[in-house]
Amino acid sequence: MEDLIFNLFIFVLASFVGFELISKVPPTLHTPLMSGANAISGITLIGALIIAGGSESIYAQWIGFAAIIFATINVVGGFMVTDRMLEMFRKKEDEK
Amino acid sequence: MSQFLPEVLQAYIPNTIQLIYLVATGFFIVGIRRLGSPATARSGNQLAATGMLIGIVVTMFDREIVSFELIIAGIIIGALLGAIAAKKVKMTAMPEMVAVFNGFGGGASALVAWGEFARVDPALIPADGLVTTGLSILIGSITFTGSFIAFGKLKGFIGGGRIALPGQNIINLVLTFVALWLVGWFTIAPEYQLVFWSLFGLALLIGVFTVLPIGGADMPVVISLLNSYSGIAASMAGFVLGNNLLIISGALVGAAGLILTNIMCKAMNRTLPNVLFGAFGGSDDAAQTGATDDNSIQQTFADDAAIQCAYAKKVVVTPGYGLAVAQAQHVLKEVANLLEERGVTVKYGIHPVAGRMPGHMNVLLAEADVPYDQLYDMDQINPEFASTDVVLIIGANDVVNPAAKTTPGSPIYGMPILNVDEAKRTIVFKRSMSTGYAGIENDLFYSDKNQMFFGDAKKSLQELATAIKDLD
Repeated sequence: MEDLIFNLFIFVLASFVGFELISKVPPTLHTPLMSGANAISGITLIGALIIAGGSESIYAQWIGFAAIIFATINVVGGFMVTDRMLEMFRKKEDEK
Repeated sequence: MSQFLPEVLQAYIPNTIQLIYLVATGFFIVGIRRLGSPATARSGNQLAATGMLIGIVVTMFDREIVSFELIIAGIIIGALLGAIAAKKVKMTAMPEMVAVFNGFGGGASALVAWGEFARVDPALIPADGLVTTGLSILIGSITFTGSFIAFGKLKGFIGGGRIALPGQNIINLVLTFVALWLVGWFTIAPEYQLVFWSLFGLALLIGVFTVLPIGGADMPVVISLLNSYSGIAASMAGFVLGNNLLIISGALVGAAGLILTNIMCKAMNRTLPNVLFGAFGGSDDAAQTGATDDNSIQQTFADDAAIQCAYAKKVVVTPGYGLAVAQAQHVLKEVANLLEERGVTVKYGIHPVAGRMPGHMNVLLAEADVPYDQLYDMDQINPEFASTDVVLIIGANDVVNPAAKTTPGSPIYGMPILNVDEAKRTIVFKRSMSTGYAGIENDLFYSDKNQMFFGDAKKSLQELATAIKDLD
């Protein structure tokens, strides 16, 4: 139970950081921001690694395997497509 | 991979992993921060990606991980699928792409919780671990099915309007309570497989039921909310595994997603409960109000429009999704270049909901090499219309409809709009007199300051470009 309370502290504090980070984003960036934040939520991949690589039960390993595929699609696809969008955002001077 | 390290280092591995996780967290925070400004956004995204890579590599040294075959195979398959999708997707299809990625992320979190439940004897998991396992499965599964329904709606596989059982909101509310009760039951009695599976199945169903009734136009808000959910699901998975990096990153995304959802709702003049629980947002229930038939319109053609633009001091372009449908961004950019060569100031006024999701139009114009410092948000451009000679309205309708300010009965009343009616002249590029998404007439078209330039946006702009060139 102590772990739960401690983790809850981390969770709540990190949430406040998240609220503060986003407060002033111009509408220009809403689409890339959504897609970038979405890629970060693929962090669950780390949990998937532990399940797939650290379970004795074959059944759990395969669940972990599926989780790795899902999470990696989210991470790799999310960061790449965000980069593709942001690559196109240019200022006037560096147009050439 | 820890077994490959010298024995003296073995003892330091767990703490070192935690410290490196802390570094990765820093990358995420600074990354999200930098995503908030156009000049630094790309580096922000790359920083976040680097943080992710650090997190993944260091996790490989976790002593719990003993076999790597499935890990390597899974990462290769996932990376290939993700990379192909990210490379191939058209910029106009961005909303459904984000929905799909998000669905996979949420699904992964549910799977992680299921995997943890499957690999450990449930009797050995403490109660707090079980609560978070249950919540992770609940939220992850809702995100999974919800995102794919959103994808189907955006793609048009599923009808865009309201699809709902009678009393759907009440059904959803009851189902949600039942699901939470199942989480509680699961915590007390994890050995009952039936409780676990009922929870899993019900969560998947709730995802379908909550998104299905929501209209296609509101999907971006839903995706943003589901994005927030997938962050929380990842965080819950972190609770299950006792992994700080997951808890923190998930919470960051969960909170950031919630704020972003709120900003989007404001821009669309909606509240979140309003989006989630119905009313407008479908395409079938909009009322006919506004202009009457006896009003007359003025038409214009390329030569005339070219003269008006070329001899103007300031031209503002207000693009809508119709521009992207016609694939006319590049021609528009050409017209803007020609005008600028003649000394005309050209600015783009972007309504927050122009395009298919907030900020989407900016991406589409960026794709056509329009520099972002020429793009102005609604609040920045609105004071400028009074001093604007010509406004080119291309493929936009509802976002320039003065009924939002003048007609209290209108479905869009109260929605912030671009005040194009303050400019000296407006030219609307449109195929026909048909109504916009909200299905209402636009008084602007009948204003004596307005002219209609009928035709396909791309073809019309090409004619305009040619006409401007011919002026010399």
